[in-house]
Amino acid sequence: MRKGSTMSRDTTLVSAQWVEDHLDDPKVVLVEVDEDTAAYDKGHIKGAIKLDWTTDLQDQVRRDFVSKSQFEALLSSRGVANDDTVVLYGGNNNWFAAYAYWYFKLYGHQDVKLLDGGRKKWELDSRELTDELPQREPTTYTAGEQDTSIRAFRDEVVQAIGVKNLVDVRSPDEYAGRLMAPAHLPQEQAQRAGHIPTAANVPWSKAANDDGTFKSDEELKQLYSEAGVDWSKDTIAYCRIGERSSHTWFVFHELLDQPNVKNYDGSWTEYGSLVGVPVVLGDERGEADA
Amino acid sequence: MCGATAGGLSLDGVDVAKEAVVQGQVVRDGEPVPNAYVRLLDRSGEFTAEVPTSATGHFRFFAGDGEWTLRTLAPRADTVDQKVKAAVGSVAEVTIAI
Repeated sequence: MRKGSTMSRDTTLVSAQWVEDHLDDPKVVLVEVDEDTAAYDKGHIKGAIKLDWTTDLQDQVRRDFVSKSQFEALLSSRGVANDDTVVLYGGNNNWFAAYAYWYFKLYGHQDVKLLDGGRKKWELDSRELTDELPQREPTTYTAGEQDTSIRAFRDEVVQAIGVKNLVDVRSPDEYAGRLMAPAHLPQEQAQRAGHIPTAANVPWSKAANDDGTFKSDEELKQLYSEAGVDWSKDTIAYCRIGERSSHTWFVFHELLDQPNVKNYDGSWTEYGSLVGVPVVLGDERGEADA
Repeated sequence: MCGATAGGLSLDGVDVAKEAVVQGQVVRDGEPVPNAYVRLLDRSGEFTAEVPTSATGHFRFFAGDGEWTLRTLAPRADTVDQKVKAAVGSVAEVTIAI
């Protein structure tokens, strides 16, 4: 075990070298998930399959995830088995790979890991990419029922104001209501700008180093402690559409071993469109009775 | 200021009037770097987005009005920070030498 690491880190993160050493292991399935869904086609790690977060992981009619049976059909067709070790990676500090990680956990996949640093670390190490598409035999994948102990819905978010840790992982400008959506990205928007009263603001990317790897447990603890996170309380993380907050959920639940941590995937696009809920504008956290 | 400079990334299909485009190329000794990562940081230094460069070393962001920092990481190179001003209706062309 590396100095300063915990069991959690050792079971949920793998290094680029580990991935390179397991490239020909048939029970290890590499999965690339990117915000830029075309990145995979340009080149990917040998043997990696691709999941498209906009088409594969979202219901195309309702605003919700794909159902258990749709998820089963997806993984079966891509050749992922229940007992496979799934290693996720992507660009943007593993932003969307962390979302997929949370998604695999939501449907009960046992052995999921993130490649620490994702695609960027792999490329910065000058490791090889290929444009060859892998051939995997279809499987019969069985998903579990959704594990709602890691997924928050709107009513419990409203009830958590002043009770649980709420962590808003958007940029300070979005948190304060100066900006509705970050530049460069699709501009899904809520009806109102601002944040949920009492939410701490820790932008998701602060948990990562420049090369995309996660900061050490000690650095992470300090980061959230300084922002006012109370480690004795349960936590709900949110952002705008629930993806950046998956990255923070991963930090709290998988790296720092916090027991009751949920990702609110409705996030600000839902909360900021609800009628009658309290909203705070500006850089202050605000009071529970705002 | 409007329109791509010679050798710049084509703006076909981009509604420049509605966008604050920041784009350019990452080069090493004058040669394009196809496997670099360029990150867009807002005026407070906060991460906004990150893109890998294309086969020709090019990148493009749709930013907003204001000052931004481009942080570039590439194999066997030091991190390079470069400031750029963006404005809706214009294209900021940047060459980043690593």
